[in-house]
Amino acid sequence: MDQRVETRLPNPIRPAFERGRRDDEVVVSIGPSHPATHGTIQLIVALDGEKVSRVDVHCGYLHRGFEKECEDHTWHNLIPYIDRLNYCSGLVNDFAYCETVETLMAIEITPRCRYLRTLLSEYSRIADHLTCVAASLMELGAMTAFLYLVMLRDYVYEHLADLTGARLTYTYGRIGGLARDLPEGWLDRLDWILGQYDTFVGRIHGLLDRNRIFIDRMRDVGVLTTAEAIDYGFTGPMLRSTGAALDLRKDTPYLAYAELDFEVPVGIKGDNYDRYYVRMREMDESVHMIRQLVDLLPEGPISVDDRRCTLPDKRLVYTEIESLINHFKLIMEGPLVPAGEAYVAHEAPNGELGFYAVSTGGGSPYKLHVRSPSFVHMGGTHRLLEGYQLADIVPTFGSVNMIGGECDR
Amino acid sequence: MHPAILDLMLEKLAPSCSEASISPRMLVLSVPATAVLDTARRLKTDFACDLFLDVTAVDWLGHTPRFEVVYHFYSTEHKIRVRVKTRVPESEPVVDSLLPLYGAAAFMERECHEMYGIVFRGNADLRPLLLYEGFEGHPLRKDYPKTREQPLVSYRK
Repeated sequence: MDQRVETRLPNPIRPAFERGRRDDEVVVSIGPSHPATHGTIQLIVALDGEKVSRVDVHCGYLHRGFEKECEDHTWHNLIPYIDRLNYCSGLVNDFAYCETVETLMAIEITPRCRYLRTLLSEYSRIADHLTCVAASLMELGAMTAFLYLVMLRDYVYEHLADLTGARLTYTYGRIGGLARDLPEGWLDRLDWILGQYDTFVGRIHGLLDRNRIFIDRMRDVGVLTTAEAIDYGFTGPMLRSTGAALDLRKDTPYLAYAELDFEVPVGIKGDNYDRYYVRMREMDESVHMIRQLVDLLPEGPISVDDRRCTLPDKRLVYTEIESLINHFKLIMEGPLVPAGEAYVAHEAPNGELGFYAVSTGGGSPYKLHVRSPSFVHMGGTHRLLEGYQLADIVPTFGSVNMIGGECDR
Repeated sequence: MHPAILDLMLEKLAPSCSEASISPRMLVLSVPATAVLDTARRLKTDFACDLFLDVTAVDWLGHTPRFEVVYHFYSTEHKIRVRVKTRVPESEPVVDSLLPLYGAAAFMERECHEMYGIVFRGNADLRPLLLYEGFEGHPLRKDYPKTREQPLVSYRK
């Protein structure tokens, strides 16, 4: 006998049910699969033939003790870590976090920083939605559409790499500003990429919107009403696809959104097709906003002139004692954030991304909690899957756009 | 400047709270642990706070009562947020579950339970969610050492 058969590994989860509601139902465990393949998640599913009758969602396979780790590092040192929450749109995480700390420190960022953050948030939203739509389409076998969208996404990622130095984990936000200003010619390239976007997204609409196979897989699958969505705390495109025009950028404007002209696209019945369409339309709105922001972008400094948080110029650090000490204190002790608590939420591509920070006056947070949309959405995902076919799990789960990094933290 | 509804809410809710204040666009209420469910119900029915955003806890180690449970609500009608805070002692870290009011509470309370050991009375399903079955202790408590390891499968030699 092979000895390995004898030593059974412990089961990390305890399913909510061992058998289905009826005797002839089969209980199947689906996942977890590799993070790159849409979701490190495990579903325990009771099947009545091909029909899903009951679902128990298990997440946590990407849990890395994010909140515990945050309590052990300075406010500034957390930024690279914050990037890795929603790794498809790291900049939105950065800016929401920085604004939380700035709220506690009562810092008002410079106008150029405000507009740049808005522009980059919208640019990230495009990248995030492109990834989500592309991945869900690929899972349905639409390879051409996938390649078009991922090509666009890679234009965006490489363009952001020109600015920040990284494709995904940018570490670009700073408390009180940004890491660096736009490089030469960045806005020209942006204009070209947005032109490419128009061309290729037009082709996607042509390929999919009235495609019989696509509609059969997406229409009336994973339906959710507005009341249910709100009950489960859904936000973002998930909630808007049910027809509720709720968007923090409109309702509680932050950054420069109050000055922009844009619409909040909504769906009709909250099914997979609506979630696809809402995301496509949101990207159009983002492009519209970016074009306005390029025109509005003012000149000026990108970081506030505040010695409590902004690092002094490197040349000064090497030549004068005050700046050297300032630099040393900011790096070793971290910015001293006044005692208090703050909750700041931004409209991330997936929904309301909130940071709840508690400071006791030190250089690192006493507590930092992330209200991540993916985690909350996982709490209601079983409602989207129950009652549909086993094969519908793939497009429905794709349309939820669960990001393991921010769900499991 | 804050929306007028916040003043009205403050006026109506302050008598039943131990502390109430307004920070920009947010109402902050401190209530006794026994009044959480009632406060949430009033927020939902009287002031349309229909979106349950979040629940978490803060471990004030060395203070009594030790834990502060923090809730965030959002009103999709008035576009305002409400934070409800309550203190619970280490010996009996129990609050009522908000499950009767919000479906979202099921998952979020599970997370808060495993991370801080807060017991949500009325939430029958407090299985580990981000952690695994058999995990000892509550990792976000301040007295849980960050370097402690509990591998489920022993490390490869």
